[in-house]
Order: sequence, then structure tokens, then C-alpha cells
Amino acid sequence: MGRFLLARLGAILPTLFFVSVLIFGLQQLLPGDPATAMAGEDHDPEAIAYLRAKFHLDEPLPVRYGYWVKGVLQGDLGDSVRIQRPVAELIAEKLPVTLELAALAMVIALAIGITAGVVSAVYRDTGWDIAANLFALWGISTPNFWLGILLILLFAVHLGWLPASGYVSPFEDLRANLASMIMPAFVLGNAFAAALMRHTRSAMLQVLSSDYVRTARAKGLSERNVVLRHALRNALTPVITLGALQLGELLSGAVLTEQVFSIPGFGKLVVDAVFNRDYSVVQGVVLFTATVYIALNLLADIAYFLVNPKMRT
Amino acid sequence: MNRRFAVLVLGAALAAIPAFAQTLRIGLAEDPDVLDPTLARTFVGRIVFAATCDKLLDLDEKLNIVPQLATSYEWSPDYKALTLKIRKGVTFHDGEKLDAAAVKFNIERHKTMPGSTRKGELASVSSVDVVDPYTVRLNLSAPFIPLLAVLTDRAGMMVSPKAAKAEGEKFGAHPVCAGPFKFVDRVAQGRITFERFANYWNKDAIHFDKVIYEPIVDSQVRLANLKSGQLDLIERFAPSDIAGLRADSRFKISKIVEIGYQGITINIGKSDLAKTSVLKDPRVREAFELSIDRQGVVDVAQEGEGMAGNQWVAPTNSWYSKAVPIPKRDVAKAKELLKEAGVPNPSFQLVTPTTSDAQRFAQVIQAMAKEAGFDVKIQSTEFSTSLDMADKGQFEAYVLAWSGRADPDGNLQSHLGCKQPLNYAGYCNAEVDDWIAKSRTTGDRAQRQKYFDQIAMQVSKDRPIIYIYHRHWLWAYTNKLSGLRTVPDGMIRLQDLKMN
Amino acid sequence: MKWVKRLAQRKRALVGLVLVVSFVAMAAFAPWISPQDPLATSWSAIRKAPSAAHWFGTDEIGRDVLARVIWGARASLLAGVVSVCISLSIGVPIGVLAGYLGKWPDMLISRITDAMLACPFLILAIALAAFLGPNLTNAMIAIGIAATPVFIRLTRAQTLAVKVEDYVMAARAVGNSDMGIVLRHIFPNIAAPIIVQATLAIAAAVIAEASLSFLGLGQQPPAPSWGSMLNTAKNYVDNAPWMAVWPGLSIFLLVLSFNLLGDGLRDALDPRHV
Repeated sequence: MGRFLLARLGAILPTLFFVSVLIFGLQQLLPGDPATAMAGEDHDPEAIAYLRAKFHLDEPLPVRYGYWVKGVLQGDLGDSVRIQRPVAELIAEKLPVTLELAALAMVIALAIGITAGVVSAVYRDTGWDIAANLFALWGISTPNFWLGILLILLFAVHLGWLPASGYVSPFEDLRANLASMIMPAFVLGNAFAAALMRHTRSAMLQVLSSDYVRTARAKGLSERNVVLRHALRNALTPVITLGALQLGELLSGAVLTEQVFSIPGFGKLVVDAVFNRDYSVVQGVVLFTATVYIALNLLADIAYFLVNPKMRT
Repeated sequence: MNRRFAVLVLGAALAAIPAFAQTLRIGLAEDPDVLDPTLARTFVGRIVFAATCDKLLDLDEKLNIVPQLATSYEWSPDYKALTLKIRKGVTFHDGEKLDAAAVKFNIERHKTMPGSTRKGELASVSSVDVVDPYTVRLNLSAPFIPLLAVLTDRAGMMVSPKAAKAEGEKFGAHPVCAGPFKFVDRVAQGRITFERFANYWNKDAIHFDKVIYEPIVDSQVRLANLKSGQLDLIERFAPSDIAGLRADSRFKISKIVEIGYQGITINIGKSDLAKTSVLKDPRVREAFELSIDRQGVVDVAQEGEGMAGNQWVAPTNSWYSKAVPIPKRDVAKAKELLKEAGVPNPSFQLVTPTTSDAQRFAQVIQAMAKEAGFDVKIQSTEFSTSLDMADKGQFEAYVLAWSGRADPDGNLQSHLGCKQPLNYAGYCNAEVDDWIAKSRTTGDRAQRQKYFDQIAMQVSKDRPIIYIYHRHWLWAYTNKLSGLRTVPDGMIRLQDLKMN
Repeated sequence: MKWVKRLAQRKRALVGLVLVVSFVAMAAFAPWISPQDPLATSWSAIRKAPSAAHWFGTDEIGRDVLARVIWGARASLLAGVVSVCISLSIGVPIGVLAGYLGKWPDMLISRITDAMLACPFLILAIALAAFLGPNLTNAMIAIGIAATPVFIRLTRAQTLAVKVEDYVMAARAVGNSDMGIVLRHIFPNIAAPIIVQATLAIAAAVIAEASLSFLGLGQQPPAPSWGSMLNTAKNYVDNAPWMAVWPGLSIFLLVLSFNLLGDGLRDALDPRHV
């Protein structure tokens, strides 16, 4: 176990290094001078020169990378050029928002996906199966920004049931918070419901034809009992682990959802930063996200290792 | 008798009850940048400043200079000194007094703070003298008439010296000014909240207790917020939504022609591309201009919400040169000119930012110019990249809008003056430069107009920029709101705004 | 070929296949099917609702939406297929290399792949597309590159599994060259899951192109593409919903069909996968 852990930890450092190089390089290669983009409409040459000096923009690439890494190791992710605040502060402010969105989306995805998967497996090749399949497939087949806009039109403009956009902190007003999050969470979660449905379905099908279930059936237990108490529990383990890992991918989906619903989260922060050439923000956020993702992967691996005796040899 | 008495008592009691806390929620089209008038760089930031940072001078609907923190101004006879009388009894949000010393501090801050984007605007100011506690004199190195207009924008905004000294660079995170509302908090890329400043010098004009600005980039979502009642007022909604809003009695619309312009900048000297482009021939440029139906562009691209124009100021602007009227579309003449120039089917790249407005505009231009034989190739470029390309001269033609400044010089000097920062066309005409310089130093209105006339005549022949139209600033708001002033600078002034 | 028979037995997969073929046909025969020139503007027919003259209505500068939807199939299909081809051509060889060679090459490739996978896919694609410039070709390259790590990982895992199979060991023992082993024994046996993943990836790529276009980074107007049509249409959803409905529906159907086909292929090609 110890050796395994050490090996996995050893792999993390080079990965993080490559992540930092990748995102740093990509940012710096973007055409367009951030100083000019940041200096505003009037393009005051003095203001531009000041920004170039402040952010070391005239120095060679490796030197700039060095400055950045040095800062990161000291816990300083740099400052946003656009709104002059530390990136770390922006992350701390926006992370909970995206996390809440992702968590709600995950709950919705699990609810839809697992249910659809179970129904699809148990009633295989019947109308239920096809319906469940289509419903979950609809989730990944529709561009989520389009779905978002349509939902806004329906629920906010025509029916007036939900707010059109924006975000209220749950600490300020829990009801308003949930009201503003439900549509984006649904839009975001829908896409992953399909992936979860597929995994649940195949896991269930495997378990349903296994010896374990055959024995349960032979014992004379009701079908419902068999499905819900025996099959499902076994099928869920890999599904939930996979679901946890999807958290990283949820951020991709969150990017567009946050744009459409004007939710001040991570995704919006990064996209705006790319377009505004706010380097430090993009680099800081991506590095942070990558670190979390890698950490989650590590935890998942450890969990698998502990749960699965076969891997221990 | 008893009943009447009861009504009187009730009336008196009701009058004594303070009005419920009124909040005004405004939807913005973009997220403002840093809220420090010295460092701020965006148009939308100025809208937010209108709530919290009062300025020395302001503009009215006709673009006249009116007092705000300064009660009067006076030029010296040689126009090299501007004396301002400061309003008495004004305090900043932190209780500090506004006086001549504070004004001096602010002007110097604008001029010297590292990273200040106001340096160019105040370049002509060489020093500031405190004449007496409520009189300040700006000494200029050379006459600069547009200075008054400059002081109606961020360069004229006054911040509390105490807070500025204490916070330094971080001031923008928590601005302290002298406007009607004081800063409460801001969620990055989200809501910005202000609450009423009890000691505002013009407090009778303020009828709200709180103002909340919400940046919502997508115009449909912004509009949806207005319709669902989450917002009271939105700026810059899409012209295509006007019909729907007009039909809806719950909402009102206000509009006014902008002080900026929408046009096409042509590379006539910025880089080597100018020498090889088909647009180097003035006849080709003239043909291109003649192939465009300006009113048609406004009708199709902006649903009629705009005004055709051919100069850096709109035809309704008092400085518009009547000597150079808008040319009519003439496809036949365009074709003739092209034949004469020897290029019957000229082709060039039109760099177009990926915003929907610019894209629509370019497509309409492309279709119109095609009738005269032009093959306009739209080169869609991300905005930041396009700025870079423009700077380096890597374009033949570029769709560029300018948000506009109150004084025509602000739309002219940096764009058409030799080697100026915004002169992407690379235009350099010694006479025009001379006229521009003279127009900045002449206090006499008639003379100034003459210079503008001469510049207009020359520029309309050389065509470094083909000005096409001026947008309408569009505001939509709940019909309960009244008192919205439509000023061509596009700002939302909160004085006299009230909810019925 | 047993898998073809199995595929034909699955209704869902057949539906998917038929839809895909229809879209490909629509794209290929666009010049003949399209009622009008997708680029033809008309100042008098701006945002007109669907009618006899314009079955799907017109857009914001008077172009026929039906024509643009038909021609737009080309861009969306290209976006989907070419991106995945790019991912495959880079990802599969590298994945095989990593899996087959092991040790240092594997470590290096795996770390870089992990790094790419740790960055959110869309952010990577946006940054790449912004770097290359907003047009369809660059969007395809950006999506292709951003999707490559998935194929590297998949191919590597499959190669590792197949590498220890008896027939590969045998081929090695007999003295076949590495290249020969890879081509004759490994590739054919790892093809199945890769094909399935590729089909599903096309679906994801079509959506990715629409997403990039939504942000202004994909196919630019006036050229028709469903993604950029949605981007423009979002400004008119209230007063001209047909501008958004038809391209959105088309994206949905195309993506759905590839998903169905991919699912069906997975069931058909892998007998273990029930």
C-alpha cells in the first residue's frame, strides 16, 4: 500500500509541472497584447508601458514562467490585471458558487441518470428502456447553452416562476439562491445524466446476470427486492466513483452555463479572463482546478485500492 | 367634524412614516473594471461611477458643460489657466471635506499615479494652484479647450484624499468619493451594491436608498431579467427587441444618438499592407464609400435605431460640419470610379471583431459593396487580437467603433493625428494636424468650427476612416420609473430618477 | 462479419445509422437540395416567420434559414468528423507507443496526458481556438487537440491489455518485429472500443463546435454553421424563435444519431459488453 501510494504521489509532481507549462505556454502564446487590451480604450502609451513593466511582459518566456512559479510556490497566484485583485481571492470567492452549482447538478444527474439506468436495465429492450435512453440521451445531445436560453424564456419570462439569471448567496437568502440555481443546475446536470445512465445500465446488466443475483432469485426473493437491495447496491459502487471523477468535467459544462445564466463562478471567470487576456487569472484558476482534479483522482485510486482486494497483490 | 379631524391626524401620521426603502436595480451590458477613476478604463465603469463619484463638471442633454462639484469655471484670457470655484459643503463618503486642496490632490493623483490612464487626458495641465480654500486654478502648458469636457469624465472625478492615501493601489476595491451613493460591496463579475449617502450635497434629487448594478453580458438574458421584474432598468438592449418592448405597456424606452461613431478604418499608411492593398487608390476608397447606403445599414443592422453619419460627430451635434454633407449612395458612379482605377472587382479583407453587432454590420456592408463589384472578405477576429492587429497595421480595413467623448477633439485627435495612439489608419496630413492643434487652442467658437470644417473637408477626401453611422443609446425600464435623462454620453444619471 | 449482424439487430443503432447517413447525404447534396443560396441577403425579408416562400423563415439579414440549415450540415459534420480524425491520428499512435513500449516513454506520455486531462476540456479548446483565430478550421484543430488525451488513454489501456494476450506473446516469441506486431496483432484487436469512442466523440465534437461558436470562436458568419447560427439566433429568441429552433434541433438530431450509433456499435462489437 505504501509503495503504491508513493508511486502515485510521485506521478503527481511531473503532471502538475506539465499542467503549469501547458497553461502558461498557451496563455502567453495568445495573440494580442494584454497590456493593450487592459489599458483601455484610449491606449495611453504610458499606461501600456506601466502594465508591461508591472507584469514583466517584456521579459523572455522562461523568465516570466519563473516569476509565476516562484509566486505560486509562495502561495501567491498573482493579481488580476482587469480588476486589480489577487487571483487567490477571486478563486476563494467564486469556488463556492461553482461548487454549489456542480453539487446540485450532480444530484440532479444522479437522480435522473441512476433512475433511468436502473429502469433501462430492468426493463431491457422494452418501451421503458427506449424512453429512458432517449431522455438521458437528450441531455447530452442538446447544446446546454441553447437549452439554458430556452428554459429562461419559458420559466422566467413567460411563466415568471424563476429568476432569469444572477446569483444570490445561500447565506443571504436560501430560497432565492435555490431559485436562481435550479435552472442552471438542471442544464448542467442533464448532460451528465446520460453518462451516468449508461454506466448504471451496464453495471446493472452485469450484476443482474451474475451468480450473486441468480442465487438471490433462486432463494425466492421478490424481483423488486433483488433489484433494489442486491443488484443496485453492487452496481452503484463503480458508478458513484465515476460520478465523483466527473466533477472535473462538470467545470467544462459550467463554463457555458455560467455565461448564459450570469452566475459569477469559476467558469465565467476563466472564459472572461481568456478573452480579456487576463493571464494570471487563467493560469491560477486552471492550475488550481487541475490540482483538485488530480487530488480527486488520487483519492479515487486509493478508494479503489482499498475496496478491491484483487489490486492489493 | 370628528371625521375630518381623524383624516387630518391620519394624514399627518402617514406623512410622518418614512417611505419604504427603495432599491433601484440596473442591468449593465458588461462587467466594469476597477472602480478607481484614475485607473479605470472601460465605458461601462463610467456608468457605475455616475452613482458614486461626482465630477467637477457634468454634461446636459445638449452636451453643454454644467456645474457639479465645481460651481463655476473661468478661462484666463490666454486660455492657459482654468479657474474653478469649488462647491461649499460637500463631503466625501468618509466625512472628509471637499476643498481646493482635495481637488489639487486628485488632479495630481490622476497625473502621477503609476498605471493611471488619465495622464494623456490631463497632459496639458502643468500644475494646480490652490488660490483659496474653495478656488483652484489649473495651469496649462498650452491652451487646451477640450479640458472642460475632460473634466466631465473620469479625470474630473474627485476621490477622498484620506482614503486614496490609505488604500493606494487597492482604492478601487472600495472607492470613497462624493457622489450620491456610497460603495457597499462588489461580487467580482457580479453585483455591485451602493447605498444612499445621507450627506450628499444634492440629496433632494436622490429618491432611492440603494442602487444595485448587475452585469449581464447576454442581451437576451438582460432583457429577460427586466421582463421578469428582477431589474428595473437596463442599458444597451438589442434594437430587435424594441418592437416587443413597445408593445408591452409595462415598460418604457428611452434613446439618444451617441457621441461616438461606428465606422471602417482603412490602413492608408500604418504598415506595408497599405502599399499593396487595393484600397491604396483614393478612387477605390471613394467607390467603396459610394457603394454603401448608410441609412440602409442603420435600418438593417440596427433596425433603424441609429443615425447615418459621415463625420466623427453626429449630424445633430453642434460641431457637425455642414460643409460636408452625407454623400448619397451611387453604385453607378462607384463602378465608374473602379473602372477608371483599373480594378473593376477589387477584393480586400475586412477585419471584424466577433461581436454580433460588428458581424451584422460587416455582412451588410459586404452585401452592399458587392453590387458595385467589391469582394469584401470578412476576417472575423477576436476583439483583443483585432486591437493588436490594428496596432501593428496588420489589416486592410477594420470595423472599429469609438465610444465617443464630449468634446469633438476626443473623437478626432488621437484617431487622425500623426502617430497618435489610436491612429490605426496611419493617416498623416500636416495640414490636418495643424488644424487639429489650432482647434484645441482656440476659444472662439466660430473659429473653432472653421477648423473643424476644414478638417472635415480634407478627411472626407482622404478617407482614412469611413464614418458610417452613430448608434442610439437604448434604455428600457419599468413604466414605474421616471426622470431618466437621455444624455448622448450614454451614462445613467441617478439624480431626479424616481420610482412611482 | 458477426458484428454487422448484431448491429442490424439493434433498433436503436439502426435509427442512429439511418439518421447519420441522412445528414451526410444532406450535406453532400446540399447544392441540389437547398431551395436558395444560403448567403443571399434580402433587405425586405428580415426575420420573417416560416411561410411558403421560406419554410424555416429568414434570419436577421434576410437569408433563408432552411438553406442555411442544409448547407450548415457540412460545417457541423466536418467539425465533428475532422476533429475526431485529428484526435485519432495523434492519440492512437501515441497511446500504442505508451502502452507497448512502457517504461520512460509511457511515463512521459502518461504524465502529459494526465496534465491535459486535468485542464477542463472546454477551457483548453477556448484557449487553443483563441490562440489560432476564430474560424472553423481552427475550431476543429482546437477541439481535436483538446480531445486527444482521451484517445491516448483509451488506446494505451487497450494496448496494455492486449499486449499480454497469448497470441501477442507468441508472435513475439517467434521473432516478429515490433512494428509488425503492432500492425498485425495489436491494432485489429484494439480497434473496436476505439471506434465506439470515436463515434461518441464525434457527437461531443459537434456540440463543442456549437459551444465555441456560441462564444464567437467557431465558423464565422456569413458562412452557415449550426453553431454560429445559434450564436446569432440567441439575440432574437423572443421575436424570431425559428432562427434558433431549426439549427438547435439539427444539432440535437445529429448528435443523438451519433450517440445511438455509438451505443449500438459498442453493443455489437464487444460481446462481453452486454
